[in-house]
Formats: sequence, structure tokens, C-alpha cells
Amino acid sequence: MEWSWQVALDVLPQMAQGLVITIEATFIGAILAYALGLMLAILRMSKSRAISLTTYWVSEFIRRTPLLVQLYFLFYVLPDLGLFLSPLAAGILGLGLHFSTYTSEVFRAGIENVPHGQWEAAKSLNYKPYQTMRYVILPQAIPPMIPPLANYLITMFKETPLLSAITVVELFNAANIYSNSHYKYLEPMTLVGAFFLIVSIPSAYIAMRLEKKYQRRGGGSV
Amino acid sequence: MDQILEYSPILIEGTITTIELTVASAFVALIISFVVGLSRFSRFSAVRISAIIYLEFFRGTSAIVQMFFMFYVLPLLGVHLAPLLAGIIACGFNLGSYGSEVVRGAVQSVPRAQHEAATALNYTTYQKFRYVLLPQAIPVMIPTFGNLLIELLKLTAVASLITISDLTFMAQIIRVQTALTLEPFVIIMVIYFIIASCLVGITDFIAKKITKGRNITVRKEI
Repeated sequence: MEWSWQVALDVLPQMAQGLVITIEATFIGAILAYALGLMLAILRMSKSRAISLTTYWVSEFIRRTPLLVQLYFLFYVLPDLGLFLSPLAAGILGLGLHFSTYTSEVFRAGIENVPHGQWEAAKSLNYKPYQTMRYVILPQAIPPMIPPLANYLITMFKETPLLSAITVVELFNAANIYSNSHYKYLEPMTLVGAFFLIVSIPSAYIAMRLEKKYQRRGGGSV
Repeated sequence: MDQILEYSPILIEGTITTIELTVASAFVALIISFVVGLSRFSRFSAVRISAIIYLEFFRGTSAIVQMFFMFYVLPLLGVHLAPLLAGIIACGFNLGSYGSEVVRGAVQSVPRAQHEAATALNYTTYQKFRYVLLPQAIPVMIPTFGNLLIELLKLTAVASLITISDLTFMAQIIRVQTALTLEPFVIIMVIYFIIASCLVGITDFIAKKITKGRNITVRKEI
């Protein structure tokens, strides 16, 4: 088995098209995961035990079942129930939903790590709930959340190849389609792997830098 | 629902395959975690660097890509792996890279004075790790290992894409043969949830057992 540059050059344009879809899925999925995660975190901290427990078990159910199966569910079951989503939309929804259960823990920990005295201080200054959140809690809670949220972005990027199972032609599927039709596996698969390395090593390094940067400030425990 | 009952034998078979795959790759991952994680403390830079390369490679490339690489590319290079073996190796090697960071972090979290005390007592490297560092580091690892075990279980679903007949694969068979969508996917999600919950229970039990009678608190984190 010899490496052929011809094959590599051949497959690259198709991979580039797939890459656009991968990036789209990663970022829209991440925005969804952050938004839903914040919602889940707020519901989880609800004073009503019923809401809090329901949120907990729904999150645990999503977290303890494979993303692939959830994607199949969205892709095959929803149309039968009368809801038609494009493969990419189903994929993004699946990614966002699955990882929202992870990001919600980040949000919850971030908010709960703000010392209790800060809530009391806001109360004694007669702040409204909005003011308390906007001017006291969130400015302290958000910085320590940034590194873990960035890490989940990287994780989601690495999970996007799963979307190929529901026919989304992203980076990995583009290479795989080429492989199957030309019976050339070495070059496309190696290129996909190399590409993931090229993106994830520097981004992991950046995430590590963020962690160092935000460790000193905030953090909650003084 | 009657139709699904007919298929219960293959669902049971799939459950067994999923459990086998999870247990076998957990074993592989555990060994790799310790070997690679402890290599990071080696006095030889070659060993340390190899461990870092292993870590970055398997953590940086996507698990699905690794699986397809083992299934499609290795045979071309003359290495023939049975699908199940390829699945075990891919899942085990991938999770092993995450596990090695857990081992490294836990050993590093043992207070500096303990390292120095072992050196002062003229312990050999083996004695230092065996009698001083690891007994204190292992309890710290347990909760994170528990989370990784769930990730591993979910990763085995991806192995269905390389023709391993696990739960997800069986659900697809049922879907294709009966045109049912809701039932097979809901059933396997519940099965995955039950397996995962058992794994959580086992991890919690071990954590409780290992911390009992010792003055350590194991912090559960996500």
C-alpha cells in the first residue's frame, strides 16, 4: 500500500466542502448547547423540587445514552411524528441537545461557586433579581466558565463525524464517500485524522491558556 | 409492540455485545491509562515524549475516524483485525488517552511533601509509587474514571458503524425489517440508560468502599 499524492489532491476539494458543513454544525450546535444548557441550569436550580428533579433526570437520560442513537432518533422518528428536519438540522439539534446537558453543569457550578455573601450583599442593597444577576453574580460567574465551555466546543468539533451516520456530508463523510467509490482508504482517512489533529491540538493549547488566564481572577473562593 | 417482542432475542444479543465491548475496552483503557499516565513521570525524556504523542494523537483525532482507520486502512497495511477486536482497540485506545490524563492529574495532586518524604526514606521509584503515591492518588481517580466509563459505553454505539452487532446495530436491523422507528430506538435508549446507571452505581460503590475509614473525601465532578 503506497501513499499516493494524486489521490490526496483529488479528495481535498471534496473534503474542503465537507469542512464548511463541519464548522457550521460545530458552531451552531455549540450556540444551541450553550443556550439550552443555561436553560437547563436555571431549571435545575429552581425552587420547585418537581421542576428541579425532572430536569435532573431528563439531563441524566440524555447524558447516559449515546449521541449516535439520539441522532438516529431525531432522524428516523421525528418524520414519523410529522416533523421533518433536514439531516444537517437534525444533526445540529442532536449535538446541541446532547452537549447542553454537559454545559448546564458548567453554568450551574459557575453560578453556585459565587460566594453566598454576594447574593446577600445584593439583597441588602435592594437590588432587583435582574440587577443582582446582571451586576453582581454573572460578572463573577462567567470568567471561570469560559475554559470549560471552550473545551466542550472542541469536544463537539470532534463529535461532528457522527453526523455522517445520518447522511450529513461533513468532512469525514466527504472523505468516506470518496473512499467507498474509489476504493482508496489510506489517503482520505489519514487526511481526515491529520486535519482533526491540526485543529484540535492548537485549540486545546488555547483552552489551556484560557484556563490559566481565568484561574486567578474570579473562581468564587476567596 | 408485538412485533418488537419477536425481536427481543437479537436485542438481548445486542445488549450482551455492548456490555462485552464496554467491559473489554474498559480493561484496555485502564491499562493504557496507567501505563501512559505514569510514563509522564519517567526520568527519560523519550518515554515522556512518547506518552505525550500518544495522548495528543488519540485525544486529538476523532474516535470515529480512528475506528474507520483501524477497520479499513489497517487491512490494507497487512494488519487484519476482526471487527469486534478493532472496536475494542479503538474504544480502549481512545478512552485510554483521556484516562492517562486522569492518572497524571491524580498523582500530581498528591501533596509535594509526600513525594519528598518517599525520597527522604530512600524509597525506590517502584516503592514510591506503590506505597506512597498511588494509594493516595487512586481514590481521586475513581469519580472521573466513572464519568469516562459512561463516555466509553456511549462510544461503543459508534462501533455499530464498523459492522459490530451491538445494540445500536440491532436497532437499525429492526428498523429496516419492520419499518418501526419509535419503538426500537426508545427501547435501546432505555437499555443504554439502565446499563449506564448500573455503571454509575458500581463506581459510587467503589468510591464509597475505597474512601471508607480513610480521611479522604472524593469529590464528584462532571
